[in-house]
Amino acid sequence: MRLTYTLTVFGMLLSMALAPVTRAGSVVTDFRLDNGMDVVVIEDHRAAVVTHMVWYRVGAADEPWGHSGIAHFFEHLMFKATDKIADGEFSKIVAANGGSDNAFTSHDYTAYYQRIASDRLELVMDMEANRMRNLLLTDAVVATERAVILEERNQRTDNSPQALFNEQMESALYMNHPYGVPVIGWRHEMEKLNLADAQAFYARYYAPDNAILVVAGDVTPEQVRALAETYYGPLLPSGRPPEARPQEPPQLAPRRIEMHDAQVRQPYVMRNYLVPTFDPSNPRESAALSILSDILGDGITSRLAQALQLEQKVAIDSGSYYTPGRRDQTNFSVYGVPAPGQDLAIVEAAIDAVLVEMATNGPTEEELARVKRLNRAALIFAQDELASQARLYGAALASGGAVADVQNWPAVIEAVTAEDVRLAAEKYLVLEHSVTGWLVRTKETQ
Amino acid sequence: MGMISTVRATLSAGLVAIAVLASPPAWALEIQDLKSPNGAVFWLVEEPSIPIVALEISFTGGARLDPADRTGLANLMAGLVEEGAGDLDAVGFSKARDDLSARFGFSAGQDGIDVSARMLMETLEPSVALLATALASPRFDPEPIERVKAQILSVIAEAGTEPESMAANTWYAATFPDHRYGRTTNGTAESVSAITRGDLIAARSRLLTRANARIAVVGAINAERAGRMVDTVLAGLEQGSPLVHQRVNDAPPPGLRVIELDVPQSAAVFGHAGLTRDDPDFIPAYVMNYVLGSGGFTSRLMTEVREKRGLAYGIYSYLAVRDESALYLGAVQTVNEGMAETLEVVKAEWALMAAEGATADELDRAKRYLTGAFPLSFDSNSKIANYLVFIQEADLGIDYIDRRNGLIEAVTLEDVKRVAARVLKPNELSIVVVGKPTGL
Repeated sequence: MRLTYTLTVFGMLLSMALAPVTRAGSVVTDFRLDNGMDVVVIEDHRAAVVTHMVWYRVGAADEPWGHSGIAHFFEHLMFKATDKIADGEFSKIVAANGGSDNAFTSHDYTAYYQRIASDRLELVMDMEANRMRNLLLTDAVVATERAVILEERNQRTDNSPQALFNEQMESALYMNHPYGVPVIGWRHEMEKLNLADAQAFYARYYAPDNAILVVAGDVTPEQVRALAETYYGPLLPSGRPPEARPQEPPQLAPRRIEMHDAQVRQPYVMRNYLVPTFDPSNPRESAALSILSDILGDGITSRLAQALQLEQKVAIDSGSYYTPGRRDQTNFSVYGVPAPGQDLAIVEAAIDAVLVEMATNGPTEEELARVKRLNRAALIFAQDELASQARLYGAALASGGAVADVQNWPAVIEAVTAEDVRLAAEKYLVLEHSVTGWLVRTKETQ
Repeated sequence: MGMISTVRATLSAGLVAIAVLASPPAWALEIQDLKSPNGAVFWLVEEPSIPIVALEISFTGGARLDPADRTGLANLMAGLVEEGAGDLDAVGFSKARDDLSARFGFSAGQDGIDVSARMLMETLEPSVALLATALASPRFDPEPIERVKAQILSVIAEAGTEPESMAANTWYAATFPDHRYGRTTNGTAESVSAITRGDLIAARSRLLTRANARIAVVGAINAERAGRMVDTVLAGLEQGSPLVHQRVNDAPPPGLRVIELDVPQSAAVFGHAGLTRDDPDFIPAYVMNYVLGSGGFTSRLMTEVREKRGLAYGIYSYLAVRDESALYLGAVQTVNEGMAETLEVVKAEWALMAAEGATADELDRAKRYLTGAFPLSFDSNSKIANYLVFIQEADLGIDYIDRRNGLIEAVTLEDVKRVAARVLKPNELSIVVVGKPTGL
């Protein structure tokens, strides 16, 4: 029941609840090319493998109004012909060199990556640099691929009441900010996306000064710098940083939605609050929200599980999510899945009671210590997962953060106090900034 | 200079570089075949650079051993071993595990129960002891039984209206009317509801046995300490006897079945009999399938259905090998109006490959990908441990990782053509579609 996702060419469901951990003791180097392209190198010499990623600071939240889905659609089109690569050949060349490649789009960024033997880094960098500026699109290519993204929307969303419900929830939470528009796009707007939309989007956003290169694996920063200057260095910058997006007005009224669908067999209640995202000038607040989310909803020892599942037995599942790594104001979600015969209103009331208690008395020192201990362990386990390290840095930089923010995060987490957590709950888990939704089975077909 | 020449140069150089990749020193894992003090066989790779240990155990025989009126038993049992064990109730166990910063996973598949643990060196011994308690003496208290049952019942109910699950479940039910493979690992609402605490206790001692355990350890640990760890984990398990597999009749009924569901996009599962892993044609078939329906954007099915026609977001095929069956399966989801055309394309590609095999270029690209990508899959302790357990289960031999790329390289165009003609039977395809397809 994870409800936030980014879109990938293939269908990987990437949780946006990125565990904000850094690699303890890893060597991370960052620098900037003369044309404004940021570069991050994460060294790991255990195996002769590299992950090569290019992140663009543009996502679905930057789309022109009424043209939803173009950011993700364009991600698909990046695999088409360029002046030097034939249609569909990009992935085939990577595969013929023993590598794999893919891409994904979120509200904040679009990223392309390859995993390949480290002696093929130059090949993929050459091709990735080429398609940053030299894509050759036609009406026919756009029309066929538009059919593919409509099928993707069918598969991800239109066939799934849970995904449709999530769209309704998000769009009710954001009254003005484009986070309320789904990454995949609204169907009626996707159907009209055309070559002109794609070319305008490409020209505006695909440029080195709007991109971040992340290379992780068996390479040195010197090697990456030399290759990056050769292949990305000559590309002309756009000179136009991303625009600020429309922000939320004061939210004054709690919103409620109730969605009925014949396919639903398991109803649930969800509440989304509008809360701050990670702010480099005040990282402690998002750290407190992150710990709050873990204490409320992570595992059977969490507050929600204890109250709803073990003590009151009104729910069979519960949880909470906080996604700190977004550019603008983000979501804090809590949910409960009723036990057989239990009413959604009872589950919702039980959730509310847990939240009120947390905002009143805060967490115990034991709860705080547990979450911090698990965060420290995650740092060590993360050393074994190089690809997720590359994603962590790329996402942070593409969402407006810096390498230092990622590296300082563990210390910020450690410094959070029980009172910080209580204050975060009191200040941000307020109904006026929220949407409460019920997903239920259509009555006529019961 | 320019892109093309660079790419060509690298591609041809690639042949040389692949030879380098395939030679053991570039990426060989030093796998030790060991016996614990108590006599348990396990494989170890010492990887000292990070202070963690990954332990993987696969107990052969999982959901397929569920009694006919208790389908879902193995799955429920696996879901409950971590919900209280020894002196600890569910919450106590969870807290103890978190205090040690250990991560445990328990899951049931048709052919096995998988246990995976990731542990920190600084808390290794107490973490291992806690894991051993879960395997040896889970409490199966009434509260977690009811709670986890309710979660599974909820999943079963949702799957009953979800097109992909419906298509797959219907396909398997028709293919295996008399074998457990015909039922899902989750079981049915009736069978799960009927499971008692006594069933769970019996299932644990029957399914988690030393004789059926395949074990791999990867991490900052030497053979002696790893051996003691393995003995601790297995201490409370019964010896049992090695399971014997019997290939079942797995020829599904040919033809098309449509199950109506009011959704905009239909889901299809299609397939027929395949090859067992010990068949001499298995590796050629594996390479052939890369060309036909695996390998992401490069496959023929993906090119024809998605890239050329925009009919689907994805389509794939694979050799589905189980302990007691061998199938060749595929799946696709496409708009209701496009399903008829999609299935025509699938049948045509099936027939074309069966008649003509692959081209030299396709075979060359397939070999380059399959041999080049193989070492890339060993980039974390857990993935290595998983693969070592797989090699043991499939009985491929401890030198398999060194041999495997050579097996791929040895496949010829004639091999691909022969195996395609042998395996691919467009007229025998059994197809299930869920949705509101038109023109079928």
